[in-house]
Amino acid sequence: MLLNVTDLRKSYAGPDGALPILQGIDMMLNRGETLALTGESGSGKSTLLHLVGGLDQPDSGVVEVDGVDIGALDDAGRAAVRRDKVGVVFQQFNLIPSLTVGSNISFQARLGGREDKAWIADLSTRMGLREHLAKYPEQLSGGQQQRVAIARTLAAKPALVLADEPTGNLDEATADTVMDLMLELASETNAALLMVTHSQRLAGRMGRRLHLRAGRIDGSPT
Amino acid sequence: MTKAGLLALLSHWRRNPVQLFTLVVGLSLATALWSGVQAVNAEARASYDAAAETLGEGQFAQITSDIGTISQADYIALRRAGWLVSPVIEGRLDGVRLIGLDALTSPGGIAPVGLNDGAMTIDMLTAGVLFATQDTLDNIAEYGVQTVASPDVAPGVILTDVGTAQRLLDMPDVLSRLIVAPSRPLTQIPLGDVMPNLTLRAPQGGSDLGRLTDSFHLNLTAFGLLSFAVGIFIVHGAIGLAFEQRRPVIRTLRALGFPLGRLVALIGVELLVISLVAGAIGVGLGYLVAAALLPDVAATISGLYGQSVSGTLQLRPEWWVSGLLIAVGGTAMAAAASLWQLARMPLLASARPRAWAMQAGQGRLLQAGVAVALLILAGVLGWLGSGLVAGFGMLAALLIGAALALPVVLDRVLAFGAAQAKSVMAEWFWADTRQQLPGLSLALMALLLAMAANVGVSTMVSSFRLTFTGFLDQRLASEFYVYADDEEQALALRTFLETRVDKVLPIQSVEQNIRGLQSEVFGPTAHETYRDNWLFLNAAPNAWGDIENGVGAAINEQLARRADIDIGDEITFSGRSFPVLGIYGDYGNPIGQVIVTKTLFEDLFPAVSALRFGIRMDADDVPALAIELRETFGLAEANMINQAGIKAFSLSVFDRTFTITGALNVLTLAVAGFAILMSLLTLATMRLPQLAPVWAQGLTRARLGQIEIIRAVLLALLTAVLALPLGLALAWTLLAVVNVEAFGWRLPMFLFPLDYARLAGFAVVAAVLASLWPARKLARTRPADLLKVFSNER
Repeated sequence: MLLNVTDLRKSYAGPDGALPILQGIDMMLNRGETLALTGESGSGKSTLLHLVGGLDQPDSGVVEVDGVDIGALDDAGRAAVRRDKVGVVFQQFNLIPSLTVGSNISFQARLGGREDKAWIADLSTRMGLREHLAKYPEQLSGGQQQRVAIARTLAAKPALVLADEPTGNLDEATADTVMDLMLELASETNAALLMVTHSQRLAGRMGRRLHLRAGRIDGSPT
Repeated sequence: MTKAGLLALLSHWRRNPVQLFTLVVGLSLATALWSGVQAVNAEARASYDAAAETLGEGQFAQITSDIGTISQADYIALRRAGWLVSPVIEGRLDGVRLIGLDALTSPGGIAPVGLNDGAMTIDMLTAGVLFATQDTLDNIAEYGVQTVASPDVAPGVILTDVGTAQRLLDMPDVLSRLIVAPSRPLTQIPLGDVMPNLTLRAPQGGSDLGRLTDSFHLNLTAFGLLSFAVGIFIVHGAIGLAFEQRRPVIRTLRALGFPLGRLVALIGVELLVISLVAGAIGVGLGYLVAAALLPDVAATISGLYGQSVSGTLQLRPEWWVSGLLIAVGGTAMAAAASLWQLARMPLLASARPRAWAMQAGQGRLLQAGVAVALLILAGVLGWLGSGLVAGFGMLAALLIGAALALPVVLDRVLAFGAAQAKSVMAEWFWADTRQQLPGLSLALMALLLAMAANVGVSTMVSSFRLTFTGFLDQRLASEFYVYADDEEQALALRTFLETRVDKVLPIQSVEQNIRGLQSEVFGPTAHETYRDNWLFLNAAPNAWGDIENGVGAAINEQLARRADIDIGDEITFSGRSFPVLGIYGDYGNPIGQVIVTKTLFEDLFPAVSALRFGIRMDADDVPALAIELRETFGLAEANMINQAGIKAFSLSVFDRTFTITGALNVLTLAVAGFAILMSLLTLATMRLPQLAPVWAQGLTRARLGQIEIIRAVLLALLTAVLALPLGLALAWTLLAVVNVEAFGWRLPMFLFPLDYARLAGFAVVAAVLASLWPARKLARTRPADLLKVFSNER
C-alpha cells in the first residue's frame, strides 16, 4: 500500500467560526494505480491533495505514504517526504522563474539527490522540451510550461504523483497531449497518480474515480 | 468628488500601513540627520560670528608690538599723530578670556549687536559692567563689578571697559593691541615715523577663523548631505511602490470621470502633507541628534581652533525651516518621476500593478549608460576641473554614478556566481538572488552611499589625525617651551637654561609681506631637531643643508599654493631674494610661513630678539624644571608648555572629533539598514509565489528563512566590497581636491584596513538585523498562506 488515508478531517477558520472542509475521508492507493478526484468547487479536493502531499497538516486522521505517517512528522520530516516520495503538479505550473527550463526540470531530482541525467534527457525529449532547456519559464507558452512542471515532477521518479487540475489552464488538444504523457510516464516509473480534475472526460481516463461532496466521499469509488 | 477620490487614494495607506511607515520613517531619518548636522553648524557659526565681532579681528587693521604689549603712552602718542586707533587689552580672569574695549573710540561693528546701544555703552564706561553669557559669568568669582548676562557675547569671553579690564588683570597702563579705524585722516603720520617698534597688520577679511573652522563644518555638511541622500533612496522606493500598487485605483477613478489634473494635484497634496509631518518629526529628531552631538563638537572646535562654541542648543528658525524645506524638496524629488508618469499615463494603460521589482529592473541598460556617463564626467572634472564647484560636481557625479552602476555590477557578479554553482541549491540561490536584485537595488544603493560616506569621511578624519599627530611631533619636537615676558628676562632665562638642559633653541619670528600675502618669517637655530622632525612635502636635494648654510628658505604649503611658488622659485623679503628649497605641511595655519637659518634671520632682522625657546631635555625632568623656573623667575604657567601635555590634549580633542563622526557613521548605517529591512519586508509578500514551489518540492520554511539571511549578508558584503574603492575615491576627492580648493592645503591620505574591515562587519550586522524579521516571518509563514499560491480558485 503506497497511500493510506484514514478518517481525515480538516477545517479552516471562517467568519462564523470553523469551516469544515474535509469531514472524515478514507482512501487507499497502490503503486502503479491512477485515481481521479472529482467534485464541485469548494468540495475539498485541493485540500485533500495538499494533506496527502504533506503540504498541510490535518486536524485529525492519518495519512500514510509508503508506510510513513506524515501527520506525525515535523516540518523537516514532511519536507523530506515531499522531496523523496511525492511529486506535485500544480494547475498554475509554479515553476521557479529565476531558473532555466533545464534547471527547473532537474531541480527536485537534484534536491533529493536522485538525479538521473539519462532519464531527464529522455524525459525532456519526449516532452518536446529539448530545444527549450536554456530558456526561462516566462519565454514558454502555457502548455510548454505545464509540460516542464510535469517533467520536473517525474524527473525525481516519485512514488506518488499528485496533480491538481494539471490541464486546467490548457486548451483541449494540448490537455490531451499533456495527459497522455503524464499517464505514460507515470506508468513507466510505476508511480501512483492521484489527480484532481473537473473534467469528466479526463477522469474517465484514470483507473479509478472518487467524487467529493462537501468534504465527504460521495458514494463508492468507481 | 474630490473627497471621494481622496478617500479612495488614502485607503491605500490604510491597507498598507508598513509602506506608510517606511515612507514617514525614511523621510524623518533623512531630515533628522541633515537638520541635526545643520543645527550643530548653525550653532557653531553663530558663536564664531559673535567671536569675530568681539575680537574685531579680520574686519580692521591692527597695531601690535613685537614684545607683546603696548604702553598707554604709545597709544596716546599715536592718537596725537592722527591715528584713529582704539585700545584693546586682553587677558585671563579665572581662566576666562577677558577683553577690555574702549566703547568711545572703537570703530562701529566691533562689539556684538547688543553692546552697540547707547545705554549699555554708558553702563560700560561709568560702572565698569562685565558683559558675558550666563554660562561664562557662572564660572568667574565675585569681583565687586556689576555683571550683565548677554547672549550676544561669544561663549567663554567677558567684555568690559578697558580701564576695568586693566584693573581686574592687574595690568595698569598696558594694552594688548590697537584697532585701527578704516578712515584715515590726511594728517596721519606714517607709523614707522611715530612708533618704529610697532607693527601694522592689514585687515584679514574676517576669514581666518572661518577658514579654519569651515574645514570642519564642510565635512559635517557633506556628511549630512550624504545621509540625506541615503534617506531619499528609501523615500523614492516607498513612493515608487505606492504608485505602482495604486495603478488600479487610479485607473478606476479616471474611468469613473475623475479629472487627471485633480488626481495629480490630490496626490501632490497628499505627499506634501506626509512630507511636512515626516519633516517635523525629522526636525525634532535632528534636534535630539544635535543636542547629543553639540558638546563634543564644541569641545572639538575649542580644542582645535581655540574658539569657544556655546554648548547649549537654540531653536534657530533658519535650521528648522530648512529641515522642513529639505523634507518637502526631497519628497518632491523622489516623487517627480512617478507623478510625471501618472500625468502621462493613458486611461486604458494596464491597471495590473507591474511587479515592482521587475519594473525597477527595467531600463537597466539606460541606467548603466547614465552611470558610465556620470563616472566619466567625474573623471573629467577631476582631471580638468578647478575650483570648489568642480570639486563638489566631481563628488556628486562620482557618488550618483556609482550608485546607479551598483545593480548592474552586482547582477554581473551574481551571474558569475551562478555560472560557478555546482549544487542545485547553490544554483537556485544565485539565480533567485539575481531575480531579487531589482527589488533590493534602492536599499543596496543606500547602503553603498552610507558605507562609502563612512569609508570616505573616516579615512579623511583618520588621515587628518595621523597627519596632525605627525605635525605635532614636528612642531613640538622640543620637550619643553618657555616664553619670556621681555628681552631682559629672555636673556636671563637662556643663561639659566643653557647649563641645565641639552639644548636651548631660540624661536624668533617677524611678520613680512611676501608676494602680497601676510606671512611670518622664522629663524630657528640649526639643530638636528628640525632636520629630523620637519618633513618636506616637496624639496630640493640637500634642502636642510642649504637652508642651514643660508642660501635658501623653506615655505609652508599655504604660501606655496596661494602665491603659486614652487621649488627653485625665488621669494623676496627684507630687500633680499632667496630660492625656495623646501615646502612643508602646516595644517590649520591661515597665513604663509617662511623658515630661514638663525644666522640669516639675525642678519636680516637684527632688532628682533627671541622671547620664546624650545628646550631639548629629558622629558621626565620637565616638571622639576618648571617649578625651578617659577620660583627663580616668577614665570606664569601660561609661559611654560610641556610638550607631552599639549600632545595628550590634542589627541583627546581628536578623539572627541571621532565621537561625532563615529555617531554620524552609526546613524547613517542605521538608516541604510532600515532601507534594507523595509525592502525585504516589502519583497517578502511578493516573494511567496517564488518561494512556495521550492517549499513544495521539499525545502523547509526554516531553511528558506536562513537562506534569506545568507542572501542579505552576501549582498551587503558585495556592496561593502564595492563601497571601499568608492569611499576611498570620496576621501581622495575631499582631501586632494575640495580641501585644497577651499583651504589651500592638502592632507596626505592614509589607509586604515582594520577600520574598513570593522565597517564591513557593521554592514553585515546591519544586513543580518534587517533580514532577521523578514526571515523569521518567512520561516513562520503558515502553510495555508503558501498553499494559496497553488489554489485553483484564486
